[in-house]
Amino acid sequence: MAEGKEALFSKQNKALLSDPLNDNNPISVQVLGICSALAITVQLKPAVVMSLAVLFVVIASNVVVSLIRNLIPGRIRIIVQLLIVASLVILVDQVLKAYAYDVSKELSVFVGLIITNCIVMGRLEAFALANGPWKSFLDGVGNGAGYALILVLVAVFRELLGSGKLFGIEILGHKAKTIADSTGLYALGYENNGFMLLSPMALITVGIIIWVQRSKNRKLIEQH
Amino acid sequence: MEYINIFVKSIFIDNMIFAYFLGMCSYLAVSKTVNTAVGLGAAVVFVLSITVPVNFLIDTYLLRPGALSWLGEEYASIDLSFLSFIMFIAVIASMVQLVEMIVERFAPALYGALGIFLPLIAVNCAILGGSLFMQQKDFANVGESAVYGLGSGIGWLLAIVAIAAIREKIAYSHIPGPLKGLGITFIITGLMAIGFMSFSGIKL
Repeated sequence: MAEGKEALFSKQNKALLSDPLNDNNPISVQVLGICSALAITVQLKPAVVMSLAVLFVVIASNVVVSLIRNLIPGRIRIIVQLLIVASLVILVDQVLKAYAYDVSKELSVFVGLIITNCIVMGRLEAFALANGPWKSFLDGVGNGAGYALILVLVAVFRELLGSGKLFGIEILGHKAKTIADSTGLYALGYENNGFMLLSPMALITVGIIIWVQRSKNRKLIEQH
Repeated sequence: MEYINIFVKSIFIDNMIFAYFLGMCSYLAVSKTVNTAVGLGAAVVFVLSITVPVNFLIDTYLLRPGALSWLGEEYASIDLSFLSFIMFIAVIASMVQLVEMIVERFAPALYGALGIFLPLIAVNCAILGGSLFMQQKDFANVGESAVYGLGSGIGWLLAIVAIAAIREKIAYSHIPGPLKGLGITFIITGLMAIGFMSFSGIKL
């Protein structure tokens, strides 16, 4: 766009969108934004809301910073970026409090922590400061989606195995006090793995996702 | 007694890394050797124990609903708490800058050790997390919040030094290729977090 000749969805621009989903995933490859990613994946709903919030903040901050990138003095750019991101996060927080109060209570401090979410700052530093708004927009969409992908994946495993539900709907049948009254898998004597709901399992789940991803995609393997 | 309780609780039970995963980015990136881990950990302790009490004062006297009542009756109904994110992050960023300048001026040796880590810290989730949790916990006075900041910092230091020591050792073991580096670090951190769970419920 800014380059004039380049098509809106050139090959290079498409790569900006698709790379972060696998080869350059913000969480499992760039190791960014893990801070808030793990604590809110006990259930699918907060994970999805969090993903949308991060997606919005990454895209908006990428575009804004990219638009004013030539006006920001290098020495104070971190503070300028932090303030832009903080204002966007306040926006998200107020919207969540107004329209999804329960989820906002569940996410508690983690909405605020989007400010220091390394994905946002990382993409601003690495991409938006050096590229035009359209590319930064695509980069934001790609990275936000890559983050969302891992978040939703972890949340699906944790909620399904931990409480047998997805979005709070009982997937594996209904668990009653006795096996005779239960339905679905629980009638066969299946038990929920309550351990999946505890924080350590989030880390181990991400570890396993990284393991699977890297055995499929061997060029990501670290050499040391 | 309350101070000791908050201190121990913030180090072991509410450990920033093992219970809330805060500051994971730098935790994973800077934990390859023990020396750098100690440096970053010390910087986090330093900054947390300054920013948490400062943010506590700002929260109590400026942001909370009714916090401005010391200005006069007509200000008592003002609620500025929606500004807390931007206020906290501004305080943290400027504090980090200030601390960096003071340390550089008066303790060059310490600056040499912490130097490159200080700017990194402004964007460490553990720092902002400390202030946000402080806001939730409703501490009675500045002292309690300072102890909380110090304790959380020490908990973070403990975690990053421990994982760095383990990573130095496992460099020599045979790990399945795809698990090398990041993957195994995640799983070890998970196992350590299980260990730290055994502290839960301790009350002094």
